[in-house]
Amino acid sequence: MNPMPLLRGEGLGKTYVTPVLSGVSFDLYAGEVLALTGENGAGKSTLSKIIAGLTEPTTGRLMLGETPYAPASRHEAERLGVRMVLQELGLVSTLTVAENLLLDHLPSRSGFIRRNELNELARRQMATIGLDYIDPRTPVGELGVGHQQMVEIARNLVGDCRLLILDEPTATLTSREIEHLFTQIAALKARGVGIIYISHRLDELAQIADRVMVLRDGRHIDTRPMPEMTQDDIVRLMVGRDVREELDRPRRPAGKEVLSVRGLSRGKAVQDVSLSLHAGEVLGVAGLVGAGRTELLRLIYGADHADAGDIFLDGSSTPAHISSPVSAVRQGIGLVTEDRKAQGLLLTQSIRVNTTLANMAAVFRKGWWQPASERQQVGALRDTLAIKAYSIEQPVGELSGGNQQKVIFARWLHRDCKVLLLDEPTRGVDIGARADIYAQMDKLAAAGKGLLMVSSDLRELMSVCDRIAVMSAGRLVSIFERGQWTQHNLLEAAFSGYLGTGNAQPEAGSQH
Amino acid sequence: MSDMTSKSVSPGFRSTLRGALGNYIGLVIALVAMVALFGSLSEYFFSVSTFVTIANDIPAIAIMAVGMTYVLIIAGIDLSVGSVMALAAAVAGIAMVQWQWPLYLAIFVAMGVGLLAGALNGIISVAWCLPAFIVTLGMLEIARGSAYIATGSRTQYIGGAIEWLSSPMLGGVSPAFIMAIAIVIGAHLVLTRSVFGRYMIGIGTNEEAMRLAGVDPRPIKVAVYAILGLMAGLAGIIQASRLEAADPNAGIGAELVVIASVVIGGTSLMGGRGSVISTFFGVLVISVLEAGLAQVGASEPTKRIITGCVIIVAVILDMYRERRRNRRS
Repeated sequence: MNPMPLLRGEGLGKTYVTPVLSGVSFDLYAGEVLALTGENGAGKSTLSKIIAGLTEPTTGRLMLGETPYAPASRHEAERLGVRMVLQELGLVSTLTVAENLLLDHLPSRSGFIRRNELNELARRQMATIGLDYIDPRTPVGELGVGHQQMVEIARNLVGDCRLLILDEPTATLTSREIEHLFTQIAALKARGVGIIYISHRLDELAQIADRVMVLRDGRHIDTRPMPEMTQDDIVRLMVGRDVREELDRPRRPAGKEVLSVRGLSRGKAVQDVSLSLHAGEVLGVAGLVGAGRTELLRLIYGADHADAGDIFLDGSSTPAHISSPVSAVRQGIGLVTEDRKAQGLLLTQSIRVNTTLANMAAVFRKGWWQPASERQQVGALRDTLAIKAYSIEQPVGELSGGNQQKVIFARWLHRDCKVLLLDEPTRGVDIGARADIYAQMDKLAAAGKGLLMVSSDLRELMSVCDRIAVMSAGRLVSIFERGQWTQHNLLEAAFSGYLGTGNAQPEAGSQH
Repeated sequence: MSDMTSKSVSPGFRSTLRGALGNYIGLVIALVAMVALFGSLSEYFFSVSTFVTIANDIPAIAIMAVGMTYVLIIAGIDLSVGSVMALAAAVAGIAMVQWQWPLYLAIFVAMGVGLLAGALNGIISVAWCLPAFIVTLGMLEIARGSAYIATGSRTQYIGGAIEWLSSPMLGGVSPAFIMAIAIVIGAHLVLTRSVFGRYMIGIGTNEEAMRLAGVDPRPIKVAVYAILGLMAGLAGIIQASRLEAADPNAGIGAELVVIASVVIGGTSLMGGRGSVISTFFGVLVISVLEAGLAQVGASEPTKRIITGCVIIVAVILDMYRERRRNRRS
């Protein structure tokens, strides 16, 4: 390892209302991948934003090589070769891939863009990350989220890059794209670029990180070479206590049928799916991205309309009429959406407002608000779910991902649904909050609710569910009982629908 | 510690009062400053006639601004209010002058016309998912044209039968003014205390999230536009009572004054945030400005330039206030 670090941080701290980062020191050497990990709210994002010039530290300083480094803006940081790929995409969806890649230095002659040169430059840039099969003339909005993420990464590799920060880059990538990304990271390392890699995915860190740095509650806990750490070590450092995954818990006793789906179809996305869900069980739905899992939940919830098939509730022999989410909720079904920010929450509104949204009758009498009663009900739910916030009046947009998800759980607890549809309920949720959410699901099952849970994390499904249904290419291919499944046979089933067609799009989460 | 105590006890009257003052203090200060400024510039400003002018100016705009606040809260817009007001007044004028209908029936008809126009705005934009801007722009033309046809493009003189609505009673305020105040208070309670109000704020914040939480946004949106139409109908009657006539040219550009008042009051054009009380202060700011500038002898062009500046400055100040509030929390 070089004696002179590429970037050195000394005693970095950041205080908004309370300190979110305090006294963090680290070294980053040229040509290494330093993994930055920790629970949500541990200070990873704040630290990386300071380095990328998006925010200024309250205390401490940075040295880039031998010179003090205090970028006032992202632009200034980029000029010095420090770049960050943001979690939120910063692409202009109506412009083409090529225009996005070269947005701040479009090749032009007297103000007019030189198309051919632009597209050729872009093509070369995309080729370096193995995406030469994407036409640079494609508008970005027509690409899938995974490809957009790759374009975002490619954009940051244009021009001088000495230090690259990747913030959860693989969250939306397919395994093939992840492979390309890792190859590209290796190439950057060889060029002497220092890389800070932020991720929850510990198996990825094992693959590409040289050293791993763990933050907890804004403090630096430890930095050690990756080979010296097991995944358990990292988790223990992140959480500060042992988190045991109960992979072989007993199956929950299942009661009577609460939901039954017969022959449900919608186009090619969902084809002839039948399953039944019982009171007191958690039924997992595994599958690759695009297998039709989210679409299935939306059909059951009435958010989309089925071409064919019936839904039966409470073991009734007459099909339930679920024409919209309104009627689904009225009949006791709730949905925790995949994209909680866009589809689940009113971000600028308080925890209180978000919690009682689906069950206004409980906090309004004859159409008029009962403030004391609402505060009491929401306060109780906040305590039950251990939602971390300074008050129930805090806007949910200010909460961490885990706490936001808990607010949505609180909403459906408040509504008291008998069937809860969960779409990736722990995506972007840190390990501590995840444990709280699993515990809550356990309680709901114990209280006789039926839970239908979609997840891309097979380990999660295997630890939480009583049965796992596997979807592949729109069809439900098999249902495994607890004890019958292995990671291998679940994955095999998930791929089965794509065999021979050559268009399998395996996703990140299935690769554990 | 303090969080624990405030959580178990319901927030006291004092903190509620502090919150209320905090919300309106900027607007109140601006109003007081304007009154002081105009008072020092013109010796006639503190007079009964100024007061009457302002009190007469307010009701029609205030009533429409209340409805517009709702529309902006659900992230909508309605450009047709001025025309709908004129159409409602025209129909009421015809009813009273040509058909000899009594006033209360004319009020009923005017409000019905407004309700119909507003409901159409809502139904069309919801059913075809059209931008409200376009639909209400169309309604602006349709209603204005209808007003001309109904009146034969001539002002209908109604006379004394309608005048009392805008004439000062005991204490110098008119029935219209009292009506406006009552509507402001009622609408404020609906917004802050009713299910309907909660749903409006939710829809303005994230319509899709509301739908997936099991709340159908469509009837609520239609109702909001219908309410604004109803308010425009009522404003038409009040406008007619001030002029003692139904003028088919009345209320041209009124939609802009109404939207400006709401925005000065701090309601967001992006939806999800707004207050009826603040809107009322916004209406006061505009009408005090109008009357004050007239008093100090400003020309019509100058008045318009100054009014324009006040609108922009008010929104900039509101933005800073909101930022400070966000930082504090």
